[in-house]
Amino acid sequence: MGGPMSGSAAQATPKLWDFPGGLHLDEHKIDAPIRPAPIPKTLVFPLAQHIGAPAKPVVEVGETVLRGQVIAAADGYVSTPIHASTSGTVVAIEDRPVAHPSGLSARCIVIASDGKDKAVPPDPLDDWTRLDAIDLRKRVRDAGVVGLGGAAFPSFIKLNPGSARIDTLVLNGAECEPYISCDQAVMAEQPGDIVRGAVLIMRAIGARETIIGIEDNKPRGITALRQAIGEQKADGVRVVVVPSRYPQGGEKQLIQTLTGREIPSEGLPLDIGIVCHNVATAAAVWRAVTLGEALTERVVTVTGPGVTTPSNFSVRLGTPVEDLIAAAGGATESDARLLMGGPMMGFALSSGRVPAVKATNCILALRQADVRPEEPAMPCIRCGACAEVCPAGLLPQQLYWHARAREFDKTQRYNLFDCIECGCCAQVCPSHIPLVQHYRFAKTEIWAEEREKRKADAARDRHDFRNERLERQEAEKKAAREAKKAALQAKKAGGDPVKDAIAKAKAAKQAAADKADDAVAHSATAEAAAKPADDAADPVAAALAKAKARKAAKAADSGGVPSAKAAEPAPKDDPVAAALAKAKAAKQATAAKADRPNDAAEDPVAAALAKAKAAKARQQAADTPDTAKPDPVAEALEKARAAKAANAARDADEDTGA
Amino acid sequence: MNAVRPSSPHLPVQPSVGGVMRTVLLALIPGVAAMVWLLGVGVLINLGLCVATCLLVEALCLALRGRPVQRFLLDWTAVVTGVLIGLALPPLAPWWIAVIGSASGIVLGKQLYGGLGYNPFNPAMVGYVVLLISFPTELTLWTADRPGLAATLGAQFGGLGPAALDGITAATPLDSLRTGLSQQLTVAEARIGSVFGGAGWGWINLGFLLGGLWLLWRKTISWHIPVGMLAGLALMASLFWLIDADRHADPLFHLLSGAAMLGAFFIATDPVSGATTPRGKLVFGAGIGLLVYLIRQWGGYPDGVAFGVLLMNLTVPLLDTHLQPRVYGQGKAGRPDR
Repeated sequence: MGGPMSGSAAQATPKLWDFPGGLHLDEHKIDAPIRPAPIPKTLVFPLAQHIGAPAKPVVEVGETVLRGQVIAAADGYVSTPIHASTSGTVVAIEDRPVAHPSGLSARCIVIASDGKDKAVPPDPLDDWTRLDAIDLRKRVRDAGVVGLGGAAFPSFIKLNPGSARIDTLVLNGAECEPYISCDQAVMAEQPGDIVRGAVLIMRAIGARETIIGIEDNKPRGITALRQAIGEQKADGVRVVVVPSRYPQGGEKQLIQTLTGREIPSEGLPLDIGIVCHNVATAAAVWRAVTLGEALTERVVTVTGPGVTTPSNFSVRLGTPVEDLIAAAGGATESDARLLMGGPMMGFALSSGRVPAVKATNCILALRQADVRPEEPAMPCIRCGACAEVCPAGLLPQQLYWHARAREFDKTQRYNLFDCIECGCCAQVCPSHIPLVQHYRFAKTEIWAEEREKRKADAARDRHDFRNERLERQEAEKKAAREAKKAALQAKKAGGDPVKDAIAKAKAAKQAAADKADDAVAHSATAEAAAKPADDAADPVAAALAKAKARKAAKAADSGGVPSAKAAEPAPKDDPVAAALAKAKAAKQATAAKADRPNDAAEDPVAAALAKAKAAKARQQAADTPDTAKPDPVAEALEKARAAKAANAARDADEDTGA
Repeated sequence: MNAVRPSSPHLPVQPSVGGVMRTVLLALIPGVAAMVWLLGVGVLINLGLCVATCLLVEALCLALRGRPVQRFLLDWTAVVTGVLIGLALPPLAPWWIAVIGSASGIVLGKQLYGGLGYNPFNPAMVGYVVLLISFPTELTLWTADRPGLAATLGAQFGGLGPAALDGITAATPLDSLRTGLSQQLTVAEARIGSVFGGAGWGWINLGFLLGGLWLLWRKTISWHIPVGMLAGLALMASLFWLIDADRHADPLFHLLSGAAMLGAFFIATDPVSGATTPRGKLVFGAGIGLLVYLIRQWGGYPDGVAFGVLLMNLTVPLLDTHLQPRVYGQGKAGRPDR
C-alpha cells in the first residue's frame, strides 16, 4: 500500500490522490455558531430513522417520558433504539408524514413536551479502555447512535469489523454539498469529542491511524481539530485537507482521495481495510460510550435564500421542520421548496410538518427562482459532459438511453448500481435531462423485477412439487389397482397364489438390497422380480398385460420424470413389447439425467430447486416405507428418483461452486 | 403539496444546447473572416443561403412530425449545420447547390432519423457528400483572388458566361497538388502553380485553429477528437513524407490545407454522431485523420474530411462499447492493494 507518509513533516503536504470527475459548485455555506433551537411543544419520532428494521415502540399512549428514555427498542440486529428528546407525555402512536423522498407517512411516536426537559440520570463510565468490544458496541447501540452524515446506518455495526483487518479509520469532514455547514460547526466547536471519538473507534476496530478528511474551505474546523489533536496528543490521528470539489464527501470519493484505494464494486470500505464515519458520529460515539448519552439532538443547518437568518442549530430530534424555519427567522417566500439535505442529493419535503430525524443534516429552503425550472428536457445530444463529471467513471448518457428504453439488463451492464446518485451528470447536462431520476427509476424497476422473479420462482417450485405429488399418488394408485386386478385374474385363472406371494416377497427383498443409483437398473430389477407373477398363461391376462406395456411405452415417450408405468413389468409372453418398454425407459432415464444437471448448472435458482426437490424426495422416500412396502416396484422407483435428484443437485453444486 | 415531487439535483442547470451551439458559432468567426477576406463575399452568400434553407427545412420537418417547432429551432443546431455546409462550398457555386446540400443534410442526415440527438451521421457532412457525389463539377468552383460582388452574384445566380466564370475560378492547393502528382510532377513543382502558393488556405486553417482553441479553453469541446484527428493526419503525412518527400506533401501542408482545422475542431466534434467515451473520442479522431490522409493521397477526391467523418460515424457504436472508461471499484484498482 502506497499510503501517505506519517509524521509532522508529511502532515503539511500529505500525498493526495484524486477522484475522477466532480464539479466545482457555488458553496453558499454559512459559518455560523451552533445555537440551541427551541424545544417545540410537540415532537414526532418516526420509528424508522436508521437503515435497517424500524424500532418497536415500548411506550403506551399517555405514558410520561424523560429525555433520554427509550421510547422504541431496536428490532433485530440492523436496528437501533429511539429515545425521547425531551420530557413529556406520549400523546399518539400513529402514521404521520415523515422525511422520505416518497412523501409517504410512517409510524411515529408523538410526544407533547411538558416544558421541563427532565432527563434520565446519566450513566457515565470512568474508564472506557477497560470495556470489552461487545460492551462498547452495546453502549453505542443503546444510545441509538447512527451515522450522522445522512445515511443513518447504525454505528455499532461499523464498530465490529468481524474478520476483516482494518488499518485506517477515515473520519469524513469533507461536507462537500453546497449550503450544508453543520459538520464544519461541529468540528469547530466540538473538536475534542471528535478526536476522542476517533481514538476510541480506532481502538475498537484495531486501526493504526485515523485520517480526518476536510475540504479546504473549512479553515475553522481544520484549525480546531489540529489543535485538539495536539492538546490530546492523539497519536495516529491527523487532519488531511482535501480540495473542495463535489462530491468529495462521498465515502468512496473521500477514501479514494485520502488513500488511493477504491471500494470494490458492491463492496464495503471494510473490504479494503477501512472504516469510515462522519466526524459528528465520532463525537456522538464518544459521548455515548463515556457519558452514556443517548442521541437526542444533533446539529442541523437551516439555510437557503428561503429563510431569513440561515443558522446552525442544535436540534432536539423530532422537532418539526416548520419550527426550525421559524427559529431561522421564518421563510422569505411562501412557496419556497423545502429540502432535507443539500441541493444536489437532498429530497423535497411534502410539508413543513415532517420532523427532523437522526439523518437530518440540513433543512434547505430554496425560492422558486433558485431551483431548476420545470421544463421539458431536450433530446440527449451525446455530448458526454455527464461522463466527464461522473466520479464513478460511468457513462451516464448510455445509462439514460437504456433506462429510458426500459432495457434494464443493459443498464446493469453499464454498471447502473455503481451510480452514487450524486447528480453531477444532471447538473452539467445541456439538454436539462433529469438523469438521476431516470437512474432511480431503473434501479427501483430492477429491484421490483427481482422481487417478482423470486415470487414467480417460489410459485413455480410449489407448482412443480404439486405436480410431482399428484403424479406419484396417481402412479401409486394405479399400481395398487393393477396389482389387485392381476391377483384377481390369477385367481380366476386358477393361478398359484403361493407362487405369487413368494415372488412378491423376493421382489421386495431385492429392491431393498439394491442401492444402485440408476433408475434403469432399478426398474430392470423390479421387472425381473415381478416377472414370475405373470407366469399364468391366460390369454386374457396376456392381452391385458400387452395393452399395459403399450401404455407404458407411450407414457415413457411423452417424457417427464420416469414413471412407474414405463418400468412396469412386461408380460413374459410378449418379449418384444417388454424390450421396447425397457429400452424406452432407459432412454428416458438417460435423457432426464443428461438434461437436468445442465440446467441446474447454468442457473443457480434451478440448482437450488433441484436441491430442494432432492431433499423433499429424500424425505418422501423416508416417509413412504409404510405405504410403499406392499409395492416394491414403486418403492424402488421412488428411491431411484430421489438418488438421481440428489446426484443432480450435487452436480449442480459442484458446477456453480455453491 | 406538489403532485410530482421534484427530484435532486435541485439547482438550475447552466449549460444549454442552444448555448453550446452559439458558442460554436462564435468560435467560427476568425476562420470565416479569413475565408471572406481571401475568397470573397461568395462565402457569406453561401452561409446565408445554407442557414436559411436549413432553418426552413428543419421547421417544415418539425411541423410535419408534430414536434414543437420553436423549441427545436431555438436550439441553434440547424444554424450550425447550415454554417458548416456553407463553409464547405466553393464561393462561386450556384445558389441551388447550397439549397440542395442544406436540405439534404437536414432531411436525410437529421430529421429522417428522428431529429436532434438521434442522427448517426454528421448532418452537415451528409449534405455535403450528397453534393460531392451528385454535382462534382460545381464543387470545383473555388477561386483565388477575391472576386467582386457582381462577379460573385453572377456566378451564383446565373448571368456569368462559362468563359468569364473560368476566368475567376482557381483550383485549391489540394486540388493542384493532386493534379500535379497525377502528372508526375514533384510536390514542389505542383505547388508552384497553385493558388496563392497555398498560404491563403493556411490563414483560413489558422483562423479555425484559433476558434477551436478557444472552444477547448471554454471546455465546450474536449481535446480528444481534435488532437486525435490532427495527430492521425500528421502522423500519416510525416511517415510518407519521410519515405518520399517528392511524392508526398509535408505534414504542415496537410494540417493547414483544406478542411483540416475546420474538420478537427468543428465538424468531427459534432457530439450527436461522434464517439462519446474519452478513449473512443481519441480513436474516432485518429481514424478520421488517417482516412483524410488516405483519401487525399490515394482517393478520388481532393479532400477527405467529409468521408472520413462519415466513415468513422459508422464505427461509433463499436468504439463506445469497447472503449469504455474504467468504472470506480471495478477492475484492478477495485481490488484491495495490500
